[in-house]
Amino acid sequence: MKTILRLTICIILLWVTNANCQSKMVTIKGGTYTPLYGRDSLQVTINDFQVDVYPVTNQEYLNFIKKYPKWKRSQVKKLFADGNYLFDWKSDIELGDSQSLQAPITNISWFTANAYCECQGKRLPTIDEWEYVAMANKTMPDARKLDTYNAYILGWYEKPKTFNNKIGSTFKNYWEVYDLHGLVWEWTSDFNSVLISGESRKDVDNDSNLFCGSATIGATDLMNYAAFMRYAIRGSLKAKYTMRNLGFRCISDSIIGIKQKTL
Amino acid sequence: MKYFNSILILLVIVLSHTSCEESKRVNNTDVVTVYQCPMKCEGKKTYHASQSCPICNMDLKLVENQTSKEVSDNEISDESIFNLTTNWTTEEGETIQLKNLKGKTLVMVMIYTTCKAACPRLVADMRNIESKIPENSLGNLQFILVSIDPETDTPKRLKEFAKENFMDKKHWTFLQGTVSGVREFANVLAVKYKQISPMDFSHSNIISVFNTQGELIHQQEGLGVDNKETVQTILELTK
Repeated sequence: MKTILRLTICIILLWVTNANCQSKMVTIKGGTYTPLYGRDSLQVTINDFQVDVYPVTNQEYLNFIKKYPKWKRSQVKKLFADGNYLFDWKSDIELGDSQSLQAPITNISWFTANAYCECQGKRLPTIDEWEYVAMANKTMPDARKLDTYNAYILGWYEKPKTFNNKIGSTFKNYWEVYDLHGLVWEWTSDFNSVLISGESRKDVDNDSNLFCGSATIGATDLMNYAAFMRYAIRGSLKAKYTMRNLGFRCISDSIIGIKQKTL
Repeated sequence: MKYFNSILILLVIVLSHTSCEESKRVNNTDVVTVYQCPMKCEGKKTYHASQSCPICNMDLKLVENQTSKEVSDNEISDESIFNLTTNWTTEEGETIQLKNLKGKTLVMVMIYTTCKAACPRLVADMRNIESKIPENSLGNLQFILVSIDPETDTPKRLKEFAKENFMDKKHWTFLQGTVSGVREFANVLAVKYKQISPMDFSHSNIISVFNTQGELIHQQEGLGVDNKETVQTILELTK
């Protein structure tokens, strides 16, 4: 009897340590919602998916680089990351002095974030998926109408250097996901679908022939200034850009979280 | 029995930890530092330690890019689009990678064939550029039209589109990719696009010119804009 008990404990231990290798994920129940910028029907339907509870940390990214040296700072192709890639790191495999292993990774490009997720059998979330999870506060799945929700995000925009804080230091939202607001901005797979052109001076009428469907571009809720900032940032990014306050997390379509469902 | 149990527990714990360790192992093969005299007194000779050049006595400089040591004809630069390794299908049904296009000057644009508004004009812009290139330069040139709607634009559909628009000659290529491959490629070109309904996309209208090494040389943005500069760039590249 005792042996069986001990064996069970061992197996649980084994399982826990293995689970730690793969970052923790939670299931998000899909649904329909109206994003700030929508398609023609305005409503967007999201399928069930799993999302990383925390943004990818410096530690996790370091492990990734050691395994896939082609993403080291000295070896990455210029096509895939600009000159600020991992700017604060001391060397290819060493963080800077002021950086914490448990802080979110930043100064990475879309290409490198995309490669990271692919190597984990996951992918980057779409804008719609990310916004769907991020519109929750502690208790409600959609808190966008609440003043406190917006005030919190705007309050964060005013705080300096939050990218140095540890993951999990902000609130746990309705879906039990941490740090969507309060630490870093996050890459999305289709960030380049935000069709407000990069520079505000280009957004004038005589250039509206720049896009096929420029008439469809309009915000549904102009009061949501915090979200508007996110879209504006995405609109100004290029895939090889790296920013000090821009990190990422991965999601997975399958419920097991390791195998990826073919669409 | 008790001993056996404790040993078993220990073993399992150790084992479970090593499974994590595996990914932390440092790869030894990737860090080889090489130094070279900044004046290249001894040609391409390199050293493995930071010392001074035996001829001019200057401090040796760290050679940054290791891969460039193996110089060969297949070498492509860091900024070349030939670094992308996704597979594409042409309108003829061939599977290719972008590096198969190496050696020709490339003029690229992203379109989709069901587009009613901007794409016909964008296609017309491409044909206008073509008409300004002398016949004998066309052999060194490839016009590439990449579909942003890989689900609808099958090779068959692209071939029909090519015929309809008199773009079926050898120097025109149409490419169908995968959803993620197209997203990646658009990111390289800084083209933005979004599906706004099952049949419609909005997208930025950018024509990009690449040299024979796959490096981006020139981008023309907008519809029906003056293509003088683009044509000039192409002519210089195909000289």
